[in-house]
Amino acid sequence: MIDLTQLNEGQSAKVISIEGGAGINKRIQDMGIREGSIVTKVTRLFSQGPVVVKAGRTQVALGRGMASKIMVEPLEK
Amino acid sequence: MKILLIGNPNVGKSVIFHRLTGVKTIVSNYPGTTVEFSKGFMRFFDLEAEVIDVPGTYSLHPTSKAEDVAVKLIDEADVLINIVDATNLERNLHLTLELINKKEKPLIVVLTIWDETKHKGIEIDVKGLEELLGVPVVTTCGLTGEGIKDLVFKIKQAKLSPLRTKKIPLWNEIGNIVEKVQKLHHRHHTFLDIMQELSIKPPFAFFFALVVVCLSFVVIRFIGEGFINHICDPFFEHFYNPLAMKLSGILGEGGFLHTILIGNLVEGQIEYSQSFGVLTTGIYVPFAMVMPYVLSFYFILGLLEDSGYLPRLAVLSDRVFHRLGLHGYAIIPTILGLGCNVPGALSTRLFEARREKFIAATLLAVAVPCMAQSAMIVGLLGRFGGQYVAIVFFTLFSVWFILGFFMNRFLSGRSPEILIEIPSYRIPHLKTALRKLWMRISWFIKEAVPLVLLGIVIVNVLYYLKVIDLLGMVFAPIVTKIWGLPKEVIGALIIGFLRKDVAVGMLRPLDMSLRQLIVGASILGIYFPCAATFFVLVRELGAKDMIKSIFIMLSCAVSVGAILNVILIWGGIR
Repeated sequence: MIDLTQLNEGQSAKVISIEGGAGINKRIQDMGIREGSIVTKVTRLFSQGPVVVKAGRTQVALGRGMASKIMVEPLEK
Repeated sequence: MKILLIGNPNVGKSVIFHRLTGVKTIVSNYPGTTVEFSKGFMRFFDLEAEVIDVPGTYSLHPTSKAEDVAVKLIDEADVLINIVDATNLERNLHLTLELINKKEKPLIVVLTIWDETKHKGIEIDVKGLEELLGVPVVTTCGLTGEGIKDLVFKIKQAKLSPLRTKKIPLWNEIGNIVEKVQKLHHRHHTFLDIMQELSIKPPFAFFFALVVVCLSFVVIRFIGEGFINHICDPFFEHFYNPLAMKLSGILGEGGFLHTILIGNLVEGQIEYSQSFGVLTTGIYVPFAMVMPYVLSFYFILGLLEDSGYLPRLAVLSDRVFHRLGLHGYAIIPTILGLGCNVPGALSTRLFEARREKFIAATLLAVAVPCMAQSAMIVGLLGRFGGQYVAIVFFTLFSVWFILGFFMNRFLSGRSPEILIEIPSYRIPHLKTALRKLWMRISWFIKEAVPLVLLGIVIVNVLYYLKVIDLLGMVFAPIVTKIWGLPKEVIGALIIGFLRKDVAVGMLRPLDMSLRQLIVGASILGIYFPCAATFFVLVRELGAKDMIKSIFIMLSCAVSVGAILNVILIWGGIR
């Protein structure tokens, strides 16, 4: 299990858990990233910048801190 | 009857709103908040309704002020129209089911962006969805207006869903529904898809952003200058000036009323950018100099918003702004501020937290020169060589970055992280864009113009009472000893409170060395915002934060002037 920042570009993964406060957790879930859903990493902007993922049919950009709190299990290609 | 349009952000709600309602729409603030919503009216046979475009929300558990307002508005509604992005059914249905479960209101679901589903290989069984949800489902395309008539016909059939009594976990229910009604087909990537990927992936994304921003500025300047040269200036010259001159004759130069209303005459004539009367400069500046740029800036901003590029720009610039205690959306006040600081200051409203607002406003006032000022800096120093112009802008940029960095470091609290949806690219709907432009312009007239006039009155009164001369005497030692500038620069600093660009221009006849010109132009950018920006900021920040902010501005100006002066002498620029 790794966090979202460690996922490779273009790789898909299943979301295992989202750590962090209830408020931020809720906002992340509203964007379609929740336990059990499949996300694909699109890109990251600089090493410390936001991470862009595809969740369902939307692209979502989230700060690095948030991304590091989302634990995922990479899917085999 | 009250009809509410409710849906996720970026689903094209406003376009449907504009198609449903007539010309007369009102933008109002929800009581006690700065959150705005649009209200309009529709009439269809015996159906007469008030239609409200609710701020976009992802769920009924509000996580921001805008979402809070959305939820409160729902309780006042008679019928809910839930706008659902057909290309993103799963996430959008979350709100739909929440509406069904938590609000006992007649509902109708609109699948919008319907035309896109074909391109994206999505097939939705509308009848099936209708049966599962138990409420009418209509498909529309906002851009072409297809399906709007159908929606109007069906408003009366809006009803409570039978699902509301079922207590199944939301996501399971959504999964079931989506599985039953949606089929995905494989299809090839289109040009837009490829652009969508490329314009968010470095390094191409940064190159593309640079092209978009530069192109935007070129167009903004073209539209802005076009208005000034072909509409505003001729109007003032041929129609306004004869009337103002007549009034000037009646009042008599030198009297109190003349000073306040007309200001000082230059060689017996009104000089619209310098006279400083309420009816001369006070009218000319907001309407003939600022408005053309506000208009073109907001127009381009609207297109960037509606096409879906703005969120990408915010993500790309997030890294820099995060260092300054802001997030990527701070690009909006910055871009607007480079046109004119006044709309930039107004747009700091988009920050909810006091800390972010303070940082954004202070950075704007200190280090973001407006278009007019930038042009004057180029005019002043360009004849000596481009590198000297660059020194001034590099100084401002460094101040912007360093000051932001320190504010983020030492102000209590933490800078928030970005979390935004990046919508698909869409072709902007011109009519909606123009309506939005009109709403923003009337907002600008209502909010900013009175403050400009008030500022001019106050400064004129202070002039008349000689308070400003006194201030000049107090600050003279700083100007001469610390900055190494001639005493006459005080005149420019005082005028700069009203017009930054004129103040920069005033340095020219002062017989200053190149070093002094560079220092003077930089300081004029930093020391204080112009009156109009100042009064907008006072209202946005409140008196207490504004005093803090002014303290930062002045200490910045003093120290940057001193440091720059020393560096330039070192560098051999006399």
